[in-house]
Amino acid sequence: MSVASTTPRFKDNVHDALNDQRLQGALPHAKNFIAKRADAAVRLPEFEALRDSARAIKDHTLAHLDLYLEAYERKVVEAGGHVHYARDSEEAVDIILGICKARDAKVVTKGKSMVSEEIGLNAALEREGINAVETDLGEYVIQLRGEAPSHIIAPAIHVTRDDIEADFRRAHRDLAPDRDLSQPEQLLSEARAILRDRFLSADVGVTGANFLVAETGTSIIVTNEGNGDLTQILPKVHIVLATLEKITPTLNDVAQILRLLGRSATGQDMSVYTTLSTGPRRAHDPDGPEEYHVVLLDNGRSATLGGPFAEMLRCIRCGACMNHCPVYHAVGGHAYGWVYPGPMGAVLTPLLIGVAEGGQLPNASTFCGRCEAVCPMRIPLPKLMRRWREREFERRLTPPMARAGLRLWAFFAKRPTLYRLAVEPAMRALGRVGRRRGRFAWLPFAGGWTRWRDFAAPQGATFQSRWRARSGAVK
Amino acid sequence: MSESQAAKTQLRVGLFVTCLVDLFRPTIGFASVKLLEDAGCKVVVPTQTCCGQPAFNSGDRADAQAIARRTIEAFAGCDYVVAPSGSCAGMLARHYPELFADEPDMAVKAAGFSAKCFELTSFLVDKLGVTSVAARCSGVAAYHDSCSGLRELGVRDQPRKLLASVEGLSLVELDEADVCCGFGGTFAVKYGELSDAIVARKSDKIAATGADTLLAGDLGCLMNMAGKLQRQGRAVRARHVAEVLAGMTDEPAIGEPTEAEVK
Repeated sequence: MSVASTTPRFKDNVHDALNDQRLQGALPHAKNFIAKRADAAVRLPEFEALRDSARAIKDHTLAHLDLYLEAYERKVVEAGGHVHYARDSEEAVDIILGICKARDAKVVTKGKSMVSEEIGLNAALEREGINAVETDLGEYVIQLRGEAPSHIIAPAIHVTRDDIEADFRRAHRDLAPDRDLSQPEQLLSEARAILRDRFLSADVGVTGANFLVAETGTSIIVTNEGNGDLTQILPKVHIVLATLEKITPTLNDVAQILRLLGRSATGQDMSVYTTLSTGPRRAHDPDGPEEYHVVLLDNGRSATLGGPFAEMLRCIRCGACMNHCPVYHAVGGHAYGWVYPGPMGAVLTPLLIGVAEGGQLPNASTFCGRCEAVCPMRIPLPKLMRRWREREFERRLTPPMARAGLRLWAFFAKRPTLYRLAVEPAMRALGRVGRRRGRFAWLPFAGGWTRWRDFAAPQGATFQSRWRARSGAVK
Repeated sequence: MSESQAAKTQLRVGLFVTCLVDLFRPTIGFASVKLLEDAGCKVVVPTQTCCGQPAFNSGDRADAQAIARRTIEAFAGCDYVVAPSGSCAGMLARHYPELFADEPDMAVKAAGFSAKCFELTSFLVDKLGVTSVAARCSGVAAYHDSCSGLRELGVRDQPRKLLASVEGLSLVELDEADVCCGFGGTFAVKYGELSDAIVARKSDKIAATGADTLLAGDLGCLMNMAGKLQRQGRAVRARHVAEVLAGMTDEPAIGEPTEAEVK
């Protein structure tokens, strides 16, 4: 079982989010990435060519994933590491708990990892009495708040500076109550001091991976705070938790995709740290873990290969799609109800928890297409969301009233003569009723519209009837 | 050139009027006809209903295919098919071939059809080389880029270029003009509260321009934005860009009463 979702209650979540003044005050931050990404893309003449190239690299890798996985595993083992395959969340959690228990771990530090959210790792560790400590600043903040990330690269984007100050005063009770925390730098240095102790006391460090390199058996993480490095270098055991599609053939391939990742995510040419790890510490290494484990999670990815949603596996988790999404901007990430928000979440969530549970998300899109326009991997997100709607329609999961309404409309739309007979008198009547005000504040069966907006009255006779009258010929 | 030769070289353009324009605002259809005729085209209006997008985007592929087949058939005799909507033109020009991906014969036919489909302002500027229109309209207008036209068909500069030639009209840029208005077809009703939150932001941006007129190339988006502006009591009038370009602004603006403006 993956972590529980509230996705079926998406509409309620939306309502709550829209009425949460604190959240609404924080949400505009997500828009800051838009101009930065646009500038970064313009500054790099080969940006569009790189998108094509990155897509080709991933498509090739996914078409030969079995070979690259074997090659990768061989290289990890050669470097002295261990590779564990996990079919689902439970297996991944069990493997990680097993490694932690073998070392009698008390404290586990964690680099930022959405996959660890997907498998509910923190809760599982806490259940075993192991203290899990998030070390990414944003993740640390939301861990204090008992929340999940609301954005895949900026997990605490829904939180304001004032919230963080209150959280720190509540959590760090051994510090002077009258200390000055009015500046962001003061919050940062307080978090840094607290986390420094945790880094030094950790028995195991868990990180995700942005890339797993088949050529060398290397795992790569991309961060801006350096917390990932301390998480994977200081403890005796480093566990890399990643899903199958992170495999990338060569370092050269990684270098190309990296040029897109930072620019698409935050508008940075490169993130501050790009850290490569290959196996445990060698005899002549100045530092590094004694044990190096890779937990390779499937959780539905292999079943997606070669199917109608396979293109989703190209995703490199940059967050550009949600940074540009009007729905995400309106309600934030938590409303989506599971781990992955925004357009990428709207495609991925039904794949991972089923369309019956996750089906709201691909429906809650205007298909404005901005996500596809900025996706560095050229994933046709609206098209994939539409595919989910087709699945729902085929399986009769579409709400019965909506389905009946659609079929009735389609019946007429396919029969122009009947359509004309039905709509022409209706429009004339509606036009007559609405002429005086020009619009309706309320209309039967249109409450979904008129509750929020006025509805323009038709001009009366339809264009086609007027056209026929004008040209004097009825077809 | 004799008249019969002129008739032979004259482009036969099928107007895909779109279901919303057909039902709600025929003025946009007649404005489109005028613009196309002024540019020297022979305009025909084959019997039509809808492009099928509501079915396509609701996952009802079979009905979308059936409607697409009919539409392709109905416009068989036209050199070009032009729609006063980026959304419907996008459906015809980009999504019809996709609908028949599993039927090779039909896919070829759909691709041929799609290649001759255009959004109105893009057809006038890109295909016919129109650079100006003979129209007058006093006021300050803000233009909203509807999503499908902008991102599927590259409609951005064409309407602005033509609007710049309208006498008496000054055009101001709308902040976030390329951000969705929250319409999204059936989305506006299925997710009414969410749609409202998005259009409320759009309404704020429109009001901030100080423009007295909102223009766009899609009636669906316009009805959504006009409906919100009116509900909020804002004094901005919404019109389709074709009405202004054709100088057909005598009719009341979208959702405005008839009496008040009748001269």
